[in-house]
Amino acid sequence: MSARLDVRKTYKLFIGGKFPRSESGRTYEIVSDDGAFLANAALASRKDARDSVVAARKAQPGWAGATAYNRGQVLYRVAELLEGRRAQFVEEVAVGEGFKPKAAEATVDAAIDRWVWYAGWTDKVAQVAGSANPVAGPYFNLSVPEPTGVVVVLAPQGSSLLGLVSVLAPVLVTGNTAVVVASEKRPLPAITLSEVLATSDVPGGVVNVLTGRTAELALPLTTHLDVNAIDLTGALGAQGVEWGALEAEAAGSVKRVVRPPADDVEPDWTAPPNGPRRILAFTETKTVWHPKGM
Amino acid sequence: MSFEYAPAPESRAVVDIASSYGLFIDGKFTDPAEGTTFKTINPATEEVLADVAEAGEADIDRAVTAARRAYDKVWSRMPGSERAKYLYRIARLLAERSREFAVLETLDNGKPIRESRDVDVPTAAAHFFYYAGWADKLEHAGFGPDPRPHGVAAQVIPWNFPLLMLAWKIAPALAAGNTVVLKPAETTPLSALLFADLLRQAELPPGVVNIVTGARETGSLLVNHPGVDKIAFTGSTPVGKRIAKDIAGSRKSLTLELGGKAANIVFDDAPIDQAVEGIVNGIYFNQGQVCCAGSRLLVQESIADELVDRLKRRLGTLRVGDPMDKNTDVGAINSAQQLERITSISASGEDEGATRWTAPCELPERGYWFAPTVFTDVHPAHRIAREEIFGPVLSVLTFRTPAEAVQKANNTPYGLSAGIWTEKGSRILAMADHLRAGVVWANTFNRFDPTSPFGGYKESGYGREGGRHGLAAYLQEGHAL
Amino acid sequence: MTASASAQTRTASDQVLTRARDVVGASELTDATLARYLHGLPGVDKVGADGRAAMLGTRSIKTTAKQWALDTIVSMIDLTTLEGADSPGKVRTLAAKARTPDPQDPTCPRPAAVCVYGDLVHVAKDALAGTGVKVAAVATAFPSGRASLGVRLADTREAVAQGADEIDMVIDRGAFLSGQYSKVFEDILAVREACRAEGAQAHLKVILETGELATYDNVRRASWLAMLAGADFIKTSTGKVQPAATLPVTILMLEAVRDFREATGTQVGVKPAGGISTSKDAIKYLVAVNETLGEDWLDPDWFRFGASSLLNDVLMQRSKLRTGHYWGPDYVTVS
Repeated sequence: MSARLDVRKTYKLFIGGKFPRSESGRTYEIVSDDGAFLANAALASRKDARDSVVAARKAQPGWAGATAYNRGQVLYRVAELLEGRRAQFVEEVAVGEGFKPKAAEATVDAAIDRWVWYAGWTDKVAQVAGSANPVAGPYFNLSVPEPTGVVVVLAPQGSSLLGLVSVLAPVLVTGNTAVVVASEKRPLPAITLSEVLATSDVPGGVVNVLTGRTAELALPLTTHLDVNAIDLTGALGAQGVEWGALEAEAAGSVKRVVRPPADDVEPDWTAPPNGPRRILAFTETKTVWHPKGM
Repeated sequence: MSFEYAPAPESRAVVDIASSYGLFIDGKFTDPAEGTTFKTINPATEEVLADVAEAGEADIDRAVTAARRAYDKVWSRMPGSERAKYLYRIARLLAERSREFAVLETLDNGKPIRESRDVDVPTAAAHFFYYAGWADKLEHAGFGPDPRPHGVAAQVIPWNFPLLMLAWKIAPALAAGNTVVLKPAETTPLSALLFADLLRQAELPPGVVNIVTGARETGSLLVNHPGVDKIAFTGSTPVGKRIAKDIAGSRKSLTLELGGKAANIVFDDAPIDQAVEGIVNGIYFNQGQVCCAGSRLLVQESIADELVDRLKRRLGTLRVGDPMDKNTDVGAINSAQQLERITSISASGEDEGATRWTAPCELPERGYWFAPTVFTDVHPAHRIAREEIFGPVLSVLTFRTPAEAVQKANNTPYGLSAGIWTEKGSRILAMADHLRAGVVWANTFNRFDPTSPFGGYKESGYGREGGRHGLAAYLQEGHAL
Repeated sequence: MTASASAQTRTASDQVLTRARDVVGASELTDATLARYLHGLPGVDKVGADGRAAMLGTRSIKTTAKQWALDTIVSMIDLTTLEGADSPGKVRTLAAKARTPDPQDPTCPRPAAVCVYGDLVHVAKDALAGTGVKVAAVATAFPSGRASLGVRLADTREAVAQGADEIDMVIDRGAFLSGQYSKVFEDILAVREACRAEGAQAHLKVILETGELATYDNVRRASWLAMLAGADFIKTSTGKVQPAATLPVTILMLEAVRDFREATGTQVGVKPAGGISTSKDAIKYLVAVNETLGEDWLDPDWFRFGASSLLNDVLMQRSKLRTGHYWGPDYVTVS
């Protein structure tokens, strides 16, 4: 009996909860760590980037307006679905990053566990980062963290799932929406993650994923006036990208910038997160005053 | 019968102003390497107060080096509890010498003595007192078990609240363990220079705080110096953007506190007399030269006429004049340049079709003055509705529903502050949720406190000053990554 | 009462009623219609109101302004004695003080009025003849007001009959706090009629007893209710309950009379009473009148201080301005 031909997956973009091809019609080749053809991924254009920002902005009030409990539940369910797809992720990570099976499994398990960890933060950030401030007068004074809005995330070039989760999940916790530029050479887990998101309760537009050349996508996103913050992690190791130049562009609209890891090297993503620091990097503190009087 | 208030001048004699000042580097006053100086004047009279040094490249280098040495050898090795005691000393000395500082601030800035005396100086002292207490408790501040300072902090402050802005910068920086090189604004260096004298009395180790005077060029040299680890800037949005661009890629930590165009929103059920006070305080306090000024009045259309009438009547009782008179409510504009800006943007108001009203008052002959002004029939497209004027000019717009108020209030690249006036508690909380501003004042305005975090959304900047949050800027484990 | 006089009084009351119905916008003044109107007035934020008062309190009034202020304050004082132990002798001493406040300075103005219990009005009238100083009497079962309307009106009529120029009545606070606004309204209207009966033209001051009203919103509502019912003056307190007059509450009442004049064209006066014992404090009140209302109310016809020990403090301050050195209590006469 001859070997069965597999039905290959088409890897498209994830924008507004749907899976369009790039409006430019372009694709590019994704190869495994040892050079074998894996798939054609959509080569996103600046127009796709623009559309993603529109989708992210549209979804943001709803996502931020959901209760923290609700967001936590939605994110936890994502972890359930990730778990369900464990085998698929293990294979994609193994072949994309050149991991042996055991190492790939460890990475995928760590990614799922990390997602669970962040899901549990939604209804706690305000308690840790917020405060009732004891002002010297008859006023009720409260500081609360709020999501900054639409965040562009340049996902790590190397760690295509664990690194991706480590930069994406914290953005979503408080109600930001995201436009993710996936690892240029290892984008497949990002698209599979998108499929998970599409079948979860995460509303369309909360996460948008673009595959393609980081250099081509980073600049229009960095200068886009309707983007509030940008995580430059994926600038490291990206061809034709200099993160300092991107930070300079971001200055033009006072964007909040999260710089790449210290020493310009991708960190060991298995290390536990530094508390809620990555969550808080994408929040604004709002302080409200009100007089207290009969 | 009419009640004319006789002049009630505060005495200048309480403060000694030298004829010239050097740079305060490494615990001493020294001349600038290239000998350049500039003058600082009293904007109410145009009288020259003193010659001030302009720090050049060599001076900046010396200051940063002094700060680095003080950090490495003294300040970073000192336990937090000892740093705390220096800060407490500073707080107490500021309270002791408050009259001196208040008078000096009024002479150099042009703001009424009542404000320097009752707001600027006491709040500055309170900031030092508050942050003193954090210096030995950083491990409990929510930044991990061992948060570390950045090292040398470069701080550039504006002219609108010279001493208070100095306190907002230096207090948390020192509490967190950094050393400081601070550049006061070009038009208001004197209270910072007097502060240097206070540091002498506090016996703060040399180099921990350095004061380098100068203008835009000095500020640029300072923030671009490679020996600086952290930059804190309060000032205009264009300059803030320039700084962020200049340091891109350098990994210097940066916080910015920039401009604003705050909406002060008055609903038809507002406590109307207090709302009028809040509007007046919002835009005429400090001559409107406040980043968080309530420069746009958004009033519910059904009460707009009545509110504007009451406002105009109230503005007629504002006393504009000699800042050294204890009864003055509105003082001088800080500089000829600022006056020109206010004048020209206000002219655009009329050109674009808004209706201009000016409070009746006699302005002095000399000095820089602008009478409190209200523009009605303003629309979001007008320059006076969009641009920060930074003067005593209020733009009045109307709205019909809460959603429309939110939309108009948020429709700006800025996001520093906002005001809400309504008796309805649930509406206060809902409006506060929807307003994209770092500080929301409900049924009050322009309230500041060392424990209360202050800072902006969007192009009003990032980072917070005050409170536990204010430590984040000065610790490596602070939130910005 | 003559037919025409009583007709006149009734017409005056009708005018008050008609105007009140117009302003309230109801054909009948009931608890419900009055509540709807009064509760529809703008609220008051206490912290903001206190803040405004504190700011006005920072005004520095010196030299010529202070001189003018002190003289004006004296001319606005209702020199008061309201003790159970008051006797004709006591009242005569007080009247003598009002006639000659400062024996060493004949340029010193006289207070606006002397304020006594209703049964001693005739003593005060005799003692003050020819001075221009008015006699104000407290009435309506002052200070509690807890007596039947009949008793309170009899109280009023007797004081008026003895020649009182002004009547200081108290509102029924229990009725107000329990929402019986129409009773409060009708009480005031009845007392007003009693002040105008038989050709008399006694001015009516309505004491709100702000300390018992407790909230600033209540003070605003009670002010409007009193003015709608025809008060000539609204007065903060009896002086028998703490807190008596405070600057924020007085400013609130100044705002009320301002808004009332704007709405109806009728000017009403304001009298803070109790707790103002220093010139420094009194000057703050004058500043508040100046900056809230302006010239029109800076006159004893429209603003009074209900005080007893204030006068001597003002006299000492006047003397200090005149002579340059501080005065002592032995150098001003007791009353």
